[in-house]
Amino acid sequence: MAELLRLDGVGVRLGGREILRDVSFTIAPGEFTGLIGPNGAGKTTLLRVILGLQPVATGAMLLNGSVGYVPQKLAIEPDTPLRVRDVVGLGLDGHKLGIRLPSRARRERVNEMLTAVGAQRYANARIGELSGGEQQRVMIAHALIARPRLLLLDEPLANLDIASVGGIVSVLARLARAEGTAVLISAHDMNPLVPVMDTIVYVASGRAAVGSTDQVVQPEVLSRLYGQHVDVLRVHGRILVVAAEETGAVPADAEHVTAAG
Amino acid sequence: MFTGLMLNTWITATAVAVIAGVTGFFAVLRGSSFAAHAIPNGAFAGAAGASLLGLNPFAGLAAFSVAGALGIAGLGRRARHDVATALTFVMMLGLGALFVSWSTEYAQQAYSLLFGEVFGVAADEVLPIVALGAASIAAIAVMFRPLMLSSALPEVAEARGVSARRMELAFLLVMALATSMTVPVVGALLMFSLMIGPAAAARSVTARPLAAIGLAVGIALVTVWTGIVASYQTNWPLGFFVGVLGGVFFLFGRAYGAGRRRMAVRTAAA
Repeated sequence: MAELLRLDGVGVRLGGREILRDVSFTIAPGEFTGLIGPNGAGKTTLLRVILGLQPVATGAMLLNGSVGYVPQKLAIEPDTPLRVRDVVGLGLDGHKLGIRLPSRARRERVNEMLTAVGAQRYANARIGELSGGEQQRVMIAHALIARPRLLLLDEPLANLDIASVGGIVSVLARLARAEGTAVLISAHDMNPLVPVMDTIVYVASGRAAVGSTDQVVQPEVLSRLYGQHVDVLRVHGRILVVAAEETGAVPADAEHVTAAG
Repeated sequence: MFTGLMLNTWITATAVAVIAGVTGFFAVLRGSSFAAHAIPNGAFAGAAGASLLGLNPFAGLAAFSVAGALGIAGLGRRARHDVATALTFVMMLGLGALFVSWSTEYAQQAYSLLFGEVFGVAADEVLPIVALGAASIAAIAVMFRPLMLSSALPEVAEARGVSARRMELAFLLVMALATSMTVPVVGALLMFSLMIGPAAAARSVTARPLAAIGLAVGIALVTVWTGIVASYQTNWPLGFFVGVLGGVFFLFGRAYGAGRRRMAVRTAAA
């Protein structure tokens, strides 16, 4: 199958600092890819590269289709006069100039998307009054309504309660299968994604290791990536990545390495 | 009250309320209330400069409001938005102070630019104001969806190729366009209160964006019409009535919104 996305030796520098070095991976249509790594590893930068918002210093990025994007968190006030269905509708044609006349087909498409993500119950609520998990569902509908080939999500599971995390992951897995949309989702905790991921792109210290979860989440692979010895523990079906010693060499990663996995 | 000069007043005030309601909705949505304050008020310096040079004050207003929009958008790339607005605003005010000090007979004119001369609208001023109002509303209609997307969800808009910087510039230019014609008639302060008060009240009342715009225009119309009648009867300045009514409508809107939310909570709990 033809690739949807190919990154070839991508490097990014920001303000003279190297953020990413020699990142290479591909995504095929319908593939579910987890972009995993500690906070500050360069996951958001990598997503910005794919969105075309961040130029690369080295390497090349090839994208073969449209992209939908779900941001990490909305900065929207509770009294903003915009309903959930308005937000989803903007996903269809929000970038277009000119006046749009209301149409039944459009309304039905919006309702269809709201049902697909399980947001029909609050379709007429203000987007700003919803919880974080509810907003994520709405933004997934907003991104998917234009039928992109690739859906990018920036830490959609951060700051959600466990029930919402499970709900969002199953919605994403179902939609990816049903519509053949490839999904690239960033997260600092890989565990909720392990059952649905086809490929893991593990980013640490600006570099990436790519493969199946079993190939990548190995002490040797991750130790090389972090540049220090780390252990991989499997406890009650959860994977924990643990630093062998607190070296302080990778301060931004320390908390994640010891606790979050 | 509806003849001759007063008829011009009614037509102009109506056009101004419609412009203010529509542009004000987006100013509040974008959190650009400060820019909505700075552009009309800073533009008065342009009128002062133009009259000093013996030019048409409209030209000075237009030049300064456009320069203000460019300044806010340009500085906004490098600094926080409110700081960029403040810096642009104080530069324009500083120039205004200088121009007024050089001019001997300017004080009266400056007063009317700030507080308006809505009861002295000349017949030949009506058409340009209405035409410019129509132009700014047409511009907003054309960029309605990207402006909405960029104002409410800037992170997503950027990813879809709607540049926040370009939308900011486009919106500020529309605001400048609306300002340059309306300020000499209704005054900078009045334009500001008509933009913010009704739009802020409307969004507490309805969650539907088009209804909120319609309601903002409606409140602006009621405000300015009531203001004209009251001002005509009492001889108190129109700016006073518009300012007070703006605050009253806003408080009503908030109270309504709070009541609606409490009802919703009770319904959900029941």
